[in-house]
Amino acid sequence: MTDKNPADSNLAEQLSTTEKVALSLRKRHRKEKRFQWAGLMAVGLGFLLVVILISDIVLKARPAFHQHWVKLEVEFRQDWLGVTSSDLAELKKANYRSVLRRSLYGMFPDVKGRRDKRSLFKMISTNAEFTIKQYLLDTPTKLGKTAEVWVRFDDDIDSYLKDDYTPGEAGPRVSKQQAQWLQQFLNKEIVDKRWNSEFFTSGDSREPELAGVRGALTGTLLTMLVTLLLSFPLGVAAAIYLEEFAPKNRWTDIIEVNINNLAAVPSIIFGLLGLAVIINIFGLPRSAPLVGGIVLTLMTLPTIIIASRASIKAVPPSIREAALGLGASKMQTAFGHVLPMAMPGILTGTIIGMAQALGETAPLLMIGMVAFIVDVPAGVTDAATVLPVQIYLWADSPERAFLAKTSAAILVLLSFLLIMNSVAAILRKKFEKN
Amino acid sequence: MIDLSSSESLVSDDIDLSKTVGEIYADDAKMSMRNVNVFYDEKQAIDNVSLDLARNQVTALIGPSGCGKSTFLRCLNRMNDTIPICRVEGDLRLEDEDIYAKKLDPVLLRARVGMVFQKPNPFPKSIYDNVAYGPKIHGLATNKAELDEIVVSSLQRAGLFNEVKDRLDAPGTGLSGGQQQRLCIARTIAVSPEVILMDEPASALDPIATAVIEELIDELREKYTIAIVTHSMQQAARVSQTTAYFHMGKLVEMGKTEQIFTNPVHELTENYITGRFG
Amino acid sequence: MNSSTLIFVILFLALFSYWFGIQRSVKMAGGITKVKYLASLPRQYGLLTALWCGLPALIVLFIWSAFESSVLESLLIGVLPAEIQALPSAELGLYLNDIKIIAAEPILDLSSQNEALEKYQAANYLQNITANAAWLKSALIVVVALTSVGFIISRFSTEFGARVKLENIVRVVLMACSGIAVLTTLGIILSVLFESIQFFSAVPPWEFLFGTEWSPQTAMRTDQVAGSGAFGAIPLFAGTLLITAIAMVFSVPVGLMTAIYLSQYASPRLRSIAKPMLEILAGVPTVVYGFFAALTVAPFIRDTGDLMGLSVASESALAAGIVMGIMIIPFVSSLSDDAINAVPKALKEGSLGMGATLSETIKLVLLPAAIPGIVGAILLAVSRAIGETMIVVMAAGMAANLTANPLESVTTVTVQIVTLLTGDQEFDSPKTLAAFALGLMLFVTTLALNVFALKVVRKYREQYD
Repeated sequence: MTDKNPADSNLAEQLSTTEKVALSLRKRHRKEKRFQWAGLMAVGLGFLLVVILISDIVLKARPAFHQHWVKLEVEFRQDWLGVTSSDLAELKKANYRSVLRRSLYGMFPDVKGRRDKRSLFKMISTNAEFTIKQYLLDTPTKLGKTAEVWVRFDDDIDSYLKDDYTPGEAGPRVSKQQAQWLQQFLNKEIVDKRWNSEFFTSGDSREPELAGVRGALTGTLLTMLVTLLLSFPLGVAAAIYLEEFAPKNRWTDIIEVNINNLAAVPSIIFGLLGLAVIINIFGLPRSAPLVGGIVLTLMTLPTIIIASRASIKAVPPSIREAALGLGASKMQTAFGHVLPMAMPGILTGTIIGMAQALGETAPLLMIGMVAFIVDVPAGVTDAATVLPVQIYLWADSPERAFLAKTSAAILVLLSFLLIMNSVAAILRKKFEKN
Repeated sequence: MIDLSSSESLVSDDIDLSKTVGEIYADDAKMSMRNVNVFYDEKQAIDNVSLDLARNQVTALIGPSGCGKSTFLRCLNRMNDTIPICRVEGDLRLEDEDIYAKKLDPVLLRARVGMVFQKPNPFPKSIYDNVAYGPKIHGLATNKAELDEIVVSSLQRAGLFNEVKDRLDAPGTGLSGGQQQRLCIARTIAVSPEVILMDEPASALDPIATAVIEELIDELREKYTIAIVTHSMQQAARVSQTTAYFHMGKLVEMGKTEQIFTNPVHELTENYITGRFG
Repeated sequence: MNSSTLIFVILFLALFSYWFGIQRSVKMAGGITKVKYLASLPRQYGLLTALWCGLPALIVLFIWSAFESSVLESLLIGVLPAEIQALPSAELGLYLNDIKIIAAEPILDLSSQNEALEKYQAANYLQNITANAAWLKSALIVVVALTSVGFIISRFSTEFGARVKLENIVRVVLMACSGIAVLTTLGIILSVLFESIQFFSAVPPWEFLFGTEWSPQTAMRTDQVAGSGAFGAIPLFAGTLLITAIAMVFSVPVGLMTAIYLSQYASPRLRSIAKPMLEILAGVPTVVYGFFAALTVAPFIRDTGDLMGLSVASESALAAGIVMGIMIIPFVSSLSDDAINAVPKALKEGSLGMGATLSETIKLVLLPAAIPGIVGAILLAVSRAIGETMIVVMAAGMAANLTANPLESVTTVTVQIVTLLTGDQEFDSPKTLAAFALGLMLFVTTLALNVFALKVVRKYREQYD
């Protein structure tokens, strides 16, 4: 810098200012970099957590989709079955456990002693006797003959084959002896790994190799149906009233404050409400999707009302003025013109509310949807459970195979949520364009 | 005010916009800009503008709204860097130093070229902390006494000290609009900048506050080089020594303020001055 | 007919009334061509008729359903032998339950015991009155529906403003719908309060609020005085606070920095992929987080602790707290983002224009200006963490330890509510009632936090509007 102007008396001071600033720069830029880096780390951590969470569940879920089966040579001897003829009614009551046991021992003639035999029999799923029963009922001609029937392994053996298989060596909950017998099965090439379609078609069970999500899925579906049927009309009606008709007075204020506060009340409190009022006072059945649906409706209603109101508010006032100007009543304007235009936003809000309800667990525990239920519910008043509660129940089970089942059920739940949220996102995008 | 599309029709086809008329060079230039082009994405906002800011003078940038005068002003301390889609081309120099050079630090540049904005924007801090903000971050004061001195002298120079000396701890946002703007000026000069850019500094103020600010600008000229964007021609006439007239991103005419307002050369300038549009 | 069939019947009747109303109004006008002389459109007459048919019937059905079971129960108790009527309410409840089970599923084994026989007879009676009640209900509803249709039809005339009447009804229905929120709040307050008062009559409030020993199981022994100090909730409050604190320590810095980075530094591209990432974290059901906490994070922390020679409980507060923190990150981040974006751009420009770096601007201008909004966000997040249930149910412990050590196992208010209320229960035992007292605490705390936080946020918004 050259000093051209002697009047610039400030120059000396300015030079030093510039220098001072320049001196501070390196440190400040280092701080800036650090700060920026910390921010990037925070965002990165978010991504990392999502990846860990999802991959952890996917990895844990993988074994649930396959199951190991073994081909047994089953001798349907009449004396073992305790039947005298191939009469169906008699066959239904026959002793298949004995057939299974003896056939299995027949394959391992050198296994002696009660304890060893029991240990051998435990390798096969408790369900195997029903498998061979079904086989015989389907083909009664096999009575008295030997047939090859595929049956499931027990979940311990199944888990061992999936995760810890070392030929002939013991594993968790699998003894060395069992492992060696298993090796004999494998050597005979009568072990098969099959796609576990029953996970989707059967209800809950105490035996992990038999447990499926169909009961919980049906329960979820029924509960969601009740929730949707109640919360959508109620939510839309409330939103229309508050946006289009409500006078500005105390009552309206109270309603608004209530809605905002309800949106932040912990979900478990809604469960207490359901238990104390809906079950104990109104006497609706415990564990029923109907009650679950009502509780979830009360819980999601604020979400739907808030979203619907925002969407109705976004409809330009010119639409209302035009309709009113043509002689339509306020009601006709609201239902005929405003509501259709607000619909995409309302639907988006509803789907988001339903997605919340779909993942909700705590209030449903309160109203008894936590019971162990094998049957698939047929109506909204049957005892049922839902997918998130099923996950909770399975996660609590000690058997290792349930870990995979739980993860698989989580994947099912997450894919439903993903679908719902994608639909909401698409709707929203479409809505924004218009 | 007529919007741009209709003002276009006021420009007859034979008017030449390709060259700036008048004197764009200053004998003693504090900042000199040559062939500046500014783009927002594909849209060109400034088209080949060259001008000098004369040392210890007030240069007024005038023109109809949307003509690019604010955009140009914001180039001078690289405030446009904060807009990702904005691209600046050309040669811009502060005391012969290229302010768009790669190695130049915008932080340092902005310490030397301060800016006062259209709407008073005091930070939600005390009056004292508002003025002390710059010196603190730039490390200009080594102790409390020095900082106190900077704050007091800045407030004095901004003509605000007597009004606020009893309540330096009161929030800056509690002042009146005119006081807030003077607080922002005090905040700017606390860093001892060489150039102060003012973007319509009085447009949000009432006439009395405006008069105070204008007086202040005239006083500040002694120590600082000032560029002021204004939509008020009277203000430009009152406070500036040099005036530059912008039209649709181009610098149409530049010269001594007196000459521009009494005897404009370019037809467009004359139209604007006489209130035919703008 | 059961209720769902009845609803269909009512719907069918309403549909029929709609058609009937249209027919009547057209006829009244003197043919389809003269419809224009009517005060309203035929469709509006139809809708009005349908509403007059459906609404009273539905209201009757609702009221009936609400009181049916309690009325039937008192009728049933009336016919029971005197010595059974004199049983304490809990035992009587069990007895009635048996009868209901028998009545619902009459495959009973008549094991010649007197008691079973008595129950069987009572069940028989219950079946009878239930069946009668069902008939009465159906008949009443159909009568109500038809009568009100008849009434409204009789008022039809050419000057009869069906549209205005219709709209008035719809308006009342809409208003009733919006009142559900108030009813819900009222229901929550009343139910929680009512049970809590019962609880506090057995356990003194100060013992509940300031007692340091929590072991509700011991109070299950018969004729134990409930106020034996087993219901001191301090360990639960402490546990809840500990886990919440861990969650906040983890989520506030990460959430805040995420919000800052995404709003001030990130490219639009990064922002467009980070937003769905946050949505995923926000959308994952809490039961999934609970699973993750219990089966992945907790074992990991325990093993890591073992390696470092620390003894870590397998249900450590740290695991539950961290995972709860993960759940809350998107919540903190989006609310902080709102708070930062509400700061006027002019302040940011003012600071940058003086030569402050972006981080200086953020730390010295934006964040201080946004502090009330951020505090509001954090309070809302705390309220969320306090009320969160599944993560702690699955990953925190059951034992009520009073400790500040995050490596130990603690229990929380929500865990205890779930523990006390799942499984078989007698409704009036102090154990069950304690859950409602905890629920009351939870409701009051979260409500106070929310009201306060919303107030702070609103005030802050007004400041810059």
